[in-house]
Amino acid sequence: MFKSKALIRLAFLGSAVAWVILLFSDITVLFSSLQGLQPDVPEWLPRLMLAFFVVCLFYYYKLRIERDDTLNFTDLLWKVFATGLITTIISLVLRLLVFLLGNTVLATNVVFTDFIYQINLALLVNFLLAALVSWKRLILYQKSKWLLRAWLAFDVMLLTILVYDTIGSPILYSLRLVVNIILGALLLILSANMRWVAYLNFKQKWTSLLLLLLVFFYLFYFFYSVESGSEIIAKTSSAFLDFRNHLFIIFLALFIIVYGVFSFLVILFNLPTSSVFEQKLEEVVNYQRISQSIQTEQDEESVYNILLESSVSSVFADAAWLEITRVNNEQKIYTYRISEQESKNIREHLEKNQVKGILDTGSEKTKNLSKYLGSLKTSRFRSILAFPIMVKEETIGTLALLKELPDGFNKEMTRIISTFANQAGISIENFRLLEEAFQHARYKEELKIAKTVQQSLLPTKLEQDNDFEVVAFSASADEVGGDYYDTLRIDAHTVALIIADVSGKGTTAAFHMSQMKGIFHSLAQQHLDPKEFMQRSNQALTYCLERNSFISASFFIIDTQQKNIRYSRAGHCPVLYMQAGQNHSYYLKDRGAALGMVRSREYNNHIETNEISYQPGDIMVLYTDGITEAKNAKGEEFGNDRLALALNEKATASAKEIEDYIIKQLYAFTGTQNINDDYTSMTVKFKT
Amino acid sequence: MVQIKRLQEADAEIIALIGEIDASSSIDLDLAIAKSVGEGFKKILVDCHALEYISSAGLGVFMSYIEELREKNIYMVLFGLKEKVANTFEILGLAGLLHIRENKMEALKLAHELSV
Repeated sequence: MFKSKALIRLAFLGSAVAWVILLFSDITVLFSSLQGLQPDVPEWLPRLMLAFFVVCLFYYYKLRIERDDTLNFTDLLWKVFATGLITTIISLVLRLLVFLLGNTVLATNVVFTDFIYQINLALLVNFLLAALVSWKRLILYQKSKWLLRAWLAFDVMLLTILVYDTIGSPILYSLRLVVNIILGALLLILSANMRWVAYLNFKQKWTSLLLLLLVFFYLFYFFYSVESGSEIIAKTSSAFLDFRNHLFIIFLALFIIVYGVFSFLVILFNLPTSSVFEQKLEEVVNYQRISQSIQTEQDEESVYNILLESSVSSVFADAAWLEITRVNNEQKIYTYRISEQESKNIREHLEKNQVKGILDTGSEKTKNLSKYLGSLKTSRFRSILAFPIMVKEETIGTLALLKELPDGFNKEMTRIISTFANQAGISIENFRLLEEAFQHARYKEELKIAKTVQQSLLPTKLEQDNDFEVVAFSASADEVGGDYYDTLRIDAHTVALIIADVSGKGTTAAFHMSQMKGIFHSLAQQHLDPKEFMQRSNQALTYCLERNSFISASFFIIDTQQKNIRYSRAGHCPVLYMQAGQNHSYYLKDRGAALGMVRSREYNNHIETNEISYQPGDIMVLYTDGITEAKNAKGEEFGNDRLALALNEKATASAKEIEDYIIKQLYAFTGTQNINDDYTSMTVKFKT
Repeated sequence: MVQIKRLQEADAEIIALIGEIDASSSIDLDLAIAKSVGEGFKKILVDCHALEYISSAGLGVFMSYIEELREKNIYMVLFGLKEKVANTFEILGLAGLLHIRENKMEALKLAHELSV
């Protein structure tokens, strides 16, 4: 940035120095020639300085205008215009000065005229160069490779002419002709590049026309000034820098004028169609708004509003409505300059006229219903266009556009709006997908919490006894279930055990599991009969469980003094039992409904206490249905038989070894570490 | 996944369950029973011939209607249960709370007897 600023200043300084030298050397040459003297400076110096001045000034404008990306087209024209204005004002001031001097000696002095002429010429060159750089930007808007090459050739030719002007040597007439033809051809090629005009809006076009007109005015004024100046000097002496011999300036001016005239005409002829272009542009912008609405944090509602707004503004509709069925099947209507009642009337009218499947959400095609509207006398509208909004090939709504004019919609409009409607459908579909993804993520997060809760509810240590050992295993599925097991010592010779499975999954299951834990810890301490325990648990749970939830549980009291187990099974998987010395295990068959199945005193009739005596070496395996219902790749269940077999094979081992073996067999059977339902088991072995 | 068909025979509603009922498909079962109840049928037969599996959530649906059906004097009879499915009902203790029969004939007969 600093560098470019310094360069701008340097270029300006260079041009200023060159001009001062040009001015004085030219005056010297002229003066010497008038006096018949040999000039102190060489005759070619003014020409060289002019070339130097042109180059420096060219770079000055190039750096200032070409690098500035913030300029739009009218800004560029404005810059040219402003440069012209300043130079014209300076020139006019000089003219005023000459006028005030009247017919004094100074005013009629040729040297003074040359002085004025040189200033005017410098101003003209200044203005031309500013215009050249600006025109370049306009021409090279949307550049192609060929255009860049043409411009480069043009630049080179200009430079060549400048060099030729500086050397001042005569050149062959034929060569000059060739150069002129090439330059003329380049000029026409470049002047044909008018793409920027299309991007002007109506107001900018008018501004541009005015600015261009003023630019022409300056040019003619300057030409008049320098022309008259050089005319006067030429009468006296030819030893001065006559711009009429300077091809570069003439050609440059020609280029500026030709392109200016072309632009002027093109803008003028484009004026009537500019509104169409603007409308197209707005359509594109609207389309973008709809498609981008998904990226910002807008909701479905705003998509509908944007759709309605964009559609109305794109086809100049007088009114519109949008009828949408939301995800929760709720009907919603958005209106624009029409009351809900009015739109309802129209819809009813169309229905009455048996226009089936168009405004109702079953429609899949865009239809122009205008002919049906003619018969609705109460309505101010005479044209209507209806569009379905589709999401996943399902119509979720209808967009209707209305006009007061008959036949107000053309094919073009129909196409635009149907694109809008399609895009809105896509946006809404995206919204819904995103929403689903969020829900899913939330659900997963919930499950994680449930899993943590479930894990923390399970005991870290189980009650051990001199008479038996007890071990437990638990592995929870991703989709957390509500398996629970626990032990509690009632007194020196009695220990309570429980295993339970809460129906359902996720957070609710974990929640019910914690209730079950609370119930177990408070009731088991009271040394209740198992049936009574279940009865009271059921009572407690009646008001907590949802209508379709229940808990299956088995509750045991092991009495090491009596050497017996009193237990109650409330809908839980039957206990697998193995008596010492036998070689096969069996399931304890008994009656009992799960907790929550019967939510009244009636439950008494559906639960019972059972009692068995145990011998040292007896084994009892408690488990949940996650184990027996675990499936292998073929879809077969692990089942009760395989479970019993596993126990049979390890009957003489310790509780821990038996359990490990059963779990090993289970995983070997399913062949995967992924589990669908929680695996929970508790194994009790009475010590020998 | 489960497919549920409802058809009427005489004055009885027959709900046929085909496939497996798990946590998500139990909602369909719930809807089907709710519709039958809502439409005022007094005899509802549930055809479980093609029911391969039922999870605790599905059993919960049956359980949740026991009270309501009793209050409204609606008689629901399940029939044609596969052994495995029947076992699930048995273990949970639901078998004692619901009316379960071997086949449609017996189920209809029971429904008639109960509604008299």
